Amino acid sequence: MSQPALRYQVKLLYKTLLHLGKEYPRGADYFRTRLHAAFMRNKDVTEEAEVKALVAKGEYVVKELEALYMLRKYRTLKKRYYDED
Amino acid sequence: MSGLRILVGCKRVIDYAVKVRVKPDKTGVVTEGVKHSMNPFDEIAVEEAVRMKEKKLASEIVAVSCGPTQCQETLRTAMAMGADRSIHVEVDAQSYEGMQPIHVAKILSKIAQQEKVDLVFTGKQAIDDDCNQTGQMIAALLDWPQATFASKVEKANGDLTVTREIDGGLETIKVKTPAVLTADLRLNEPRYATLPNIMKAKKKKLEKKKPSDYGVELSPRQQVVSVEDPPVRQAGSKLDSVEELVGKLKDSGLIPS
Repeated sequence: MSQPALRYQVKLLYKTLLHLGKEYPRGADYFRTRLHAAFMRNKDVTEEAEVKALVAKGEYVVKELEALYMLRKYRTLKKRYYDED
Repeated sequence: MSGLRILVGCKRVIDYAVKVRVKPDKTGVVTEGVKHSMNPFDEIAVEEAVRMKEKKLASEIVAVSCGPTQCQETLRTAMAMGADRSIHVEVDAQSYEGMQPIHVAKILSKIAQQEKVDLVFTGKQAIDDDCNQTGQMIAALLDWPQATFASKVEKANGDLTVTREIDGGLETIKVKTPAVLTADLRLNEPRYATLPNIMKAKKKKLEKKKPSDYGVELSPRQQVVSVEDPPVRQAGSKLDSVEELVGKLKDSGLIPS
């Protein structure tokens, strides 16, 4: 992973996930350890295409987490304020 | 006609996921050291304003929040979502306890006049006090039409067509701008304030004001008598046999004996 642009992308992904993890239902610490482990697992990946694929996978996780939080909030509010249906 | 100028009210409330605890002296709830975030209904209002800007219906979005210094975080979130600038009306923690919808409505209506906005957009209610008053009071103070509990907002030649959530159905009304709108849950799905956007939002303008700048005095109009926990659900019990269950049901008169 020598290209600076790619390195920046990976760092940005990590930061984004770390930020999202603060709201994780099971706690930020739980999320952080897992996030760290997931990145460490792939620390030796050097192939550009491979790194790009992993970043894409990470970005997919970001989208999933955003959807999860949105749905969780929506459901909680619906349960609290709209109990008739 | 150039785009509308929108003022959005953003209240900082205890996060929806936090278990709220009542203070031992029953004067309110514990807010120290508790996670806060933007009122979810206000988030929906911000999102709708941003979508209107993306559709070129709006030209500028101003977010406003009244409360302690930490409200600036809430405003940053609003700006990260797409608001152009914001106004923080700083109220110290002690006076904030006595702050009620009437005060917020007075401040927001003054700002609406000063900023010459065409639309005031707020959440239908805040999830902490559940007052559901601010939007209506702003409309009354400004003598503007109001469209509350909006679940759909469309622009139709100069007017706004708003679908409202009412008991047992939907109502579609037409309002002329300037107007006051309040957002209901089904209006949209707010976007997530991403980290890069929060960073970028730090460069956006945040004005600091005081209630006295708007000639509003914060003396409470109501007194909180007591705040109490909701009743705890009664525990059930496990029975060993069907006979026991039938007996219990007969005793409580739920089935004929």
